[in-house]
Amino acid sequence: MTEMRAGSRLERVLRSGRFAVTAELNPVDSADPEAVYERALVLAEVCDAINVTDAAGAYVHMSSIATCALLVRAGYEPVLQMTCRDRNRIALQGDLLGAAALGIRNVLCLTGDDVTVGDQPQAKRVFDLDSIQLLRMARIMRDKGVFLSGRPLEVRPRLFLGAASNPFAPPFDFRPLRLAKKVDAGADFIQTQLCFDVERFRRFMAQVRDMGLHERVFILVGVGPLRSVKSAEYMRTRVPGVYIPDEIVERLRKAGGPKQQREEGKRICVEIIQQVKEIPGVAGVHVMAFRQEHLVAEVVEEAGLLPRRHAQQTPGASPPSPSPA
Amino acid sequence: MIRPLAFLQNHPHCLERVYRFTLAVFRRARPLLARVGYDRAARVLVPVERLTKGAIFGCQMCGQCTLHATGMTCPMTCPKNLRNGPCGGVRANGHCEVIPEMPCVWVQAYERSRHMPLYGHEILLIQPPLDRRLADTSAWINAITGRAEDTGIVWNADD
Repeated sequence: MTEMRAGSRLERVLRSGRFAVTAELNPVDSADPEAVYERALVLAEVCDAINVTDAAGAYVHMSSIATCALLVRAGYEPVLQMTCRDRNRIALQGDLLGAAALGIRNVLCLTGDDVTVGDQPQAKRVFDLDSIQLLRMARIMRDKGVFLSGRPLEVRPRLFLGAASNPFAPPFDFRPLRLAKKVDAGADFIQTQLCFDVERFRRFMAQVRDMGLHERVFILVGVGPLRSVKSAEYMRTRVPGVYIPDEIVERLRKAGGPKQQREEGKRICVEIIQQVKEIPGVAGVHVMAFRQEHLVAEVVEEAGLLPRRHAQQTPGASPPSPSPA
Repeated sequence: MIRPLAFLQNHPHCLERVYRFTLAVFRRARPLLARVGYDRAARVLVPVERLTKGAIFGCQMCGQCTLHATGMTCPMTCPKNLRNGPCGGVRANGHCEVIPEMPCVWVQAYERSRHMPLYGHEILLIQPPLDRRLADTSAWINAITGRAEDTGIVWNADD
């Protein structure tokens, strides 16, 4: 794992062996770029790269690719999340090229939450490709310099390719095997679903190490602070693929009022970060705090993962210049 | 879709033998089918396939059957049509993210693949994107003519 694929900041941090921190940004419901910068500013100083979701939960927001382009313009390092839910292979290939041209260097290839879980279940689901096919297609474009049809590209998209893994959803025995498929398809890094069950994750990583996958791919563990019992209950019942053990919810409940619950949620998250950090084969954490970006900074700081000097350049007080960084 | 013979899926080790046998028969019959003409043969085979594979697997007639590589469980019955394994949305009880009352197709596929000594390991293979033009054509004919595999795309990332 020494050869540079894209030379992105995230890739350089991972290859240098430093513990990486990425954070999730949910794009805005606005046509104003300032709203994007505002949301990113909190995250940028505490992470190496910012993941931009692609209509997560099938709720539409500003497009992932446009949000990423704005982040690049402001000097930030985005990870473009790309799902198979809304676009067929023709659109996806065009977006991969366009993303690279806009200066986006990291792409996370996902299947995508189904349209039925969002607020526009009337929509047509696409799923022309699945996430593994999307990954392989992106790798063919990058490494072979051709479209799926074989038509050559003049300039290849230099992309650091990522994939997701959910060790916390059945079929548990198949999850490491599916990870292996993703590595074979072309994944350079992995970001997992939110981890609230460290024991389960430990077992998963043991299998991953047995297969030697940790030496072929960088694995970032998904973590996130729970705001309250109510939000924990919402997430475990309504957000696809999130598993929160009863003990965690119980801990939050015992904490007391809203303020104490919020503190306890943060404490749980910090503890989980410290535990997974010690698991061999873990290259970093991916912090997801839906609509509470400010909490990410607190979590990263309290987990002792600061300073991240090498991370993002902090833009000045003035609005970022429109010329590409 | 009504699947009166769905119970057969719980005997994947028998089904994989049937698959091997069927494939061998069709390979042998290839010259005959070629003489009859694949188009004419398809007029008979397509309804037969629809009926038999529909009754057992809930076949969606994608025309590129991978049943033996997916635990004798049709991946096209997954609401997301995933051909390479389960999405991250599988519920704790092993049910589908999209249709809560339905067991996840891939949870079943993986379980069944473990009882398939002949082809079970093929669940680890990466399945290429579908050729959508082959929808509603005969997967049996596409398998023996090589049309199912030769979809005209670059798919090998190495070399």
